[in-house]
Amino acid sequence: MDLRRSMLFIPGNNPGMLQNGGVFGADSVILDLEDAVAPMEKDAARFLVAHALRTVDYGSSETVIRINPLDTFAAADIKAIVPCCPDAILVPKVESAADIHQVIAMIAAAEKPGQTPVKIIALLETPCGIVEAYNIAKADPRVVALALGAEDYTAGLGAMRTKEGTEIFTARTVLINAAAAAGIQSIDTPYTDANDEEGLLADTELAKRLGFKGKLSINPRQIDVIHNVFSPSLSDIDWAEQVIQAIRKAESEGSGVASLNGKMVDLPIVNRAETILHLAQLLGLMEEKK
Amino acid sequence: MTSITKTAQAGTLESSDVMITVAPGTQGSGIVIELESIVLAQYGEEIKAVVEKTVKTQEVTDIYIKAADRGALDCTICARTLTALSRAGAVLKEEML
Repeated sequence: MDLRRSMLFIPGNNPGMLQNGGVFGADSVILDLEDAVAPMEKDAARFLVAHALRTVDYGSSETVIRINPLDTFAAADIKAIVPCCPDAILVPKVESAADIHQVIAMIAAAEKPGQTPVKIIALLETPCGIVEAYNIAKADPRVVALALGAEDYTAGLGAMRTKEGTEIFTARTVLINAAAAAGIQSIDTPYTDANDEEGLLADTELAKRLGFKGKLSINPRQIDVIHNVFSPSLSDIDWAEQVIQAIRKAESEGSGVASLNGKMVDLPIVNRAETILHLAQLLGLMEEKK
Repeated sequence: MTSITKTAQAGTLESSDVMITVAPGTQGSGIVIELESIVLAQYGEEIKAVVEKTVKTQEVTDIYIKAADRGALDCTICARTLTALSRAGAVLKEEML
């Protein structure tokens, strides 16, 4: 399982930001060829991002490229970017499994022999995309996550975008459920007010409670808040360890069900505990705890 | 060897960027590079070398290039030069290199 607690957008035509993208510690950096680049500068951004991928050290951050939509510059983006070995492509405005198949055909044609297959993260940002979420998630094993783009989505609904986010509640839960059913990750829409840390915290906590595994980010200042919310706390780790101990003890006594502090511990609880411990191990929190 | 057909520009004057302007040169003039840089004394020759290598790799000649550098890395200089060449009508040999 790849960590995608935070996925930081970096404008694709800004050399200063592209060369420093790896220093913020985001789990993924998204080098953006779409909304952050003016139509007349698409060619320049493509050259710049391709060269950045080949030469800039993004450390442990996953490199993701947001290409332009299929009906604009996607083909040129994929042809130029895929041979530079990004980890994943973020495809905007995905509305069907057919969109994914079309992108995969272009990626496969652009990949070099022996290249690690480029993954796909589908950005759902239209009402149609939300309706088709499960089919998109199951379209191909290259699809590793669904992400929500709430600004375009609410425009499509004709709704007002609010900080409380009631207008995107359905989209969030449908997307999370579709991703979980397909066994892939769900990534929440960015919180667009970079100066409102309290609002970001509340929105990220809501996202985690609903089941998202990470959040898109539009400013490096948001990363610490997002990581704090999506990383297991020491009490989470303690609880998970107790669950595993309890179930092992029960198994050694010939039972598949245990109890912990008066509460039943069954398979879904064990799965949740194992996920927390796996995440804690990935983040080095087990060592810290010792 | 080929030459470009029109004047074109790529890049900005923002920090860490370089603005490359290319124009067709007279026949036989070769590659003429004029550089203005905040780090001219330290890296002027290196920057010119990156621009020249990028142009030569595309087998373009008889070209005048003005580079206004604001501390760009080699990868940025190369990318902006290729963009300017492409916009000036050069058919790039290899799209990204």
